[in-house]
Amino acid sequence: MATTATGAPAHAYGEEHPHVDDRPFIRKYIFSTDHKIIGIQFLLMSLLFLLLGGTLAMVMRWQLGFPGRPLPGGGVLPETMAQGGVILPEFYNAAVTMHGTFMVFFAIMPLLVGVFGNYLIPLKIGAPDMAFPRINMASFWTAVPAGFLMLAGFFVEGGSAAAGWTSYAPLSARSDLSGVHLGQIFWCLSLVVLGLSSIMGSFNYITTVINLRAPGMNWFRLPLSIWALFVTSCLVLLAIPVLSGAAIMLLFDQTLGTKFFEPAAGGQPLLWQHLFWFFGHPEVYILILPAMGFASDIIANGARKPVFGYTSMVLAIIAIGFLGWGVWGHHMFQSGMNPTLGTAFMISTLLISVPSAIKTFNWLGTIWQGNITFHVPMLNALAFVSMFVIGGLSGVFMATTPVDIYIHDTYFIVAHLHYVLFGGSLFAIFAAVTYWYPKMFGRLMNPTLGKIHFWLTLIFYNCTFFPMHQLGLHGHMRRIYDPTQYAFLKEVQPVNTFITISAFLLFATQMLFLVNFIMSWFNGQKAGNNPWNDNGLEWTLPSPPVHGNFPVTPTVYRGPYEYSSPHSDKDFLPQNVPLPGGYPAPHAQPAGD
Amino acid sequence: MGKFLSWMLPPGASTFVGDIDWLYYLILIVTGIAFIVVEVALVWFAIKYRARPGRKAVYEHGSTRAEIIWTAVTAVVVVVIGLLSAPAWNKIKGRNGPPADSMPIAIAAKQFEWNITYPGADGKIGTTDDYTIRGQLHVPVNRPVVAMLTSEDAIHSFFVPAFRIKQDAVPGMHIRVWFQATKPGTYELGCAELCGLGHYRMRAMVTVHTQEDYDRWAAQQGRSVAQR
Repeated sequence: MATTATGAPAHAYGEEHPHVDDRPFIRKYIFSTDHKIIGIQFLLMSLLFLLLGGTLAMVMRWQLGFPGRPLPGGGVLPETMAQGGVILPEFYNAAVTMHGTFMVFFAIMPLLVGVFGNYLIPLKIGAPDMAFPRINMASFWTAVPAGFLMLAGFFVEGGSAAAGWTSYAPLSARSDLSGVHLGQIFWCLSLVVLGLSSIMGSFNYITTVINLRAPGMNWFRLPLSIWALFVTSCLVLLAIPVLSGAAIMLLFDQTLGTKFFEPAAGGQPLLWQHLFWFFGHPEVYILILPAMGFASDIIANGARKPVFGYTSMVLAIIAIGFLGWGVWGHHMFQSGMNPTLGTAFMISTLLISVPSAIKTFNWLGTIWQGNITFHVPMLNALAFVSMFVIGGLSGVFMATTPVDIYIHDTYFIVAHLHYVLFGGSLFAIFAAVTYWYPKMFGRLMNPTLGKIHFWLTLIFYNCTFFPMHQLGLHGHMRRIYDPTQYAFLKEVQPVNTFITISAFLLFATQMLFLVNFIMSWFNGQKAGNNPWNDNGLEWTLPSPPVHGNFPVTPTVYRGPYEYSSPHSDKDFLPQNVPLPGGYPAPHAQPAGD
Repeated sequence: MGKFLSWMLPPGASTFVGDIDWLYYLILIVTGIAFIVVEVALVWFAIKYRARPGRKAVYEHGSTRAEIIWTAVTAVVVVVIGLLSAPAWNKIKGRNGPPADSMPIAIAAKQFEWNITYPGADGKIGTTDDYTIRGQLHVPVNRPVVAMLTSEDAIHSFFVPAFRIKQDAVPGMHIRVWFQATKPGTYELGCAELCGLGHYRMRAMVTVHTQEDYDRWAAQQGRSVAQR
């Protein structure tokens, strides 16, 4: 019977298989080859950088909301950053640059790929660990010095990089133009080192997904989170070397006197933009595809219903992975690039909205006729859909070349990218962290605190970023230290002040998440194996799972979204539970053979 | 503050307003409809299908027909938007965009100023009667103006919001940018590409004159150049 099937002890691993782990502390928690520990290490590192990136955003917002007024507590800053607490343009440009750099490379990207790629892939496909555990360890311990290198920029003469996170040459290449020499060099070095970390991580994930799937876990039984991480890893592996190459060229221009980007000597500034965005646009999808995958897993769980259109969801992920390589020119419509190319990139960019739309409609289809439980991960996942839609639709304005002429490099793009990266990626990260936290630490995060954090974040987030659309439509340029210099921007200054107040409240709200994260580690409610009644293989294991994961390699009988199946009298049906009567036909042989 | 939280574009003063603004409003309507449909469905489903005792979700895996419909509708809508946009882009940025009778000027950007060179009495750039003025762009109304845009150092971006025109100024490149003002008055020109410490104050005034006013102003400037 189904009851005995879902609860059959032979297929749910409890504490009855005591695992003796005699590794010394340093091998267990510091230089660990266990993918779960490495995932948690990435989590702690990237949350620290998320906090730092947020703090830099507050510096910027203060200056924009209250230009020329001393930053509260700004007196502790050195004279090179703020005088009498008033932020200097030098520090403002550094904050703009380092906020973007930290958030993209050291917070969102490792949170999505480093944390959950590591933590989820082996557990969800039924593998004991990554294909190359020691390279996996090296990947984390390469990311750490990259972070220190990037941070070091703040402590050297001239301050950190200040040419924007996009580091457009020749401003980034020539210290006589930017006023920053060492900081720009550190920026390049750090990204080259971080690139090594990403490359080591990504081929590990790809190999693991291809080779280490448990028997029966064929490609079309993979959770969408794993599909998304797999395609993302392919994008990382192909895109990051382009960034590394470009960063090395820039580094040579800065230090060895090469002139790749220096027009006076035959170099070409647009070459940097082409290289940067050839990496940069796949990077945009690196920062959203895993978020889409986590949202799909969590929304199906919350709705207690199979994912609507699983196959088209997979095809959409793959389509985004391919189309993502042919749209980089839309960052360069106003750059002086041949306008005929602009038209071609406009069409490819508009077409890439199709797979995103497919995914959105499928999420709606998933909750349609569901039986929705609004746990904290579900709330955040639904907010992800809702906010990602705004970010996706605002993208249409900028994809359209004539409209982009007006709104390019204004606050409209700032609004758009934050609706994708905060409203999209970060809400999905909140969802994923709260969802898999009990598996990582054995305890649930506090749901009340989680709900308060969710609602306040949703409100303050929209108060912060939504009015930026209007600022952009008013012509407000981005990255300007003092908007009141312009008469036409003076009149919208109240909007800037409102945004700043909202941003501070948004930042303060994140402390609730931080407190919840730390407190629940020690005091949270014990989670048990499967607190969300999820079908995935990781939920058959104790929380946290032991080193080596599965005492017996699981056999997979079905996809991960069999919620409310008529073949079970519960509303879920784990992937590893065979049903009597041979439904559906068990696939005992490993897929891919 | 409320009056600035509008989805309307501010008033413009060039012929490009007619080319760009209607496209913006078209996309606003299309995306606005998509936004309302999706958000309303999301909230409605969330309320209607919330968990209640005794209910069970409907067990279903999707609908090929629905997938085909929403894929096709989205693809058609975005391609139509693209086709409608192409002519305006070609007109504004295309190689044959600037009309033949355009008045030529030259704009050289450098940290952190705009230097505008006017053609003088002969109406040509690159002759001895040219004169250069810092931070002041003067143009006659209803006359196309084509500027040769260059930069001496970092990348800057020529942006006149009221004219709906923006073009990066890239060192080593000579990029043509044109516009035709439609209303006499003064407007602001700003830099839209981070170009260094003074990026935020790299502004200039744009003055649109009637043709007579402009001729008078130009003659005056030309005389003062001749006297130097």
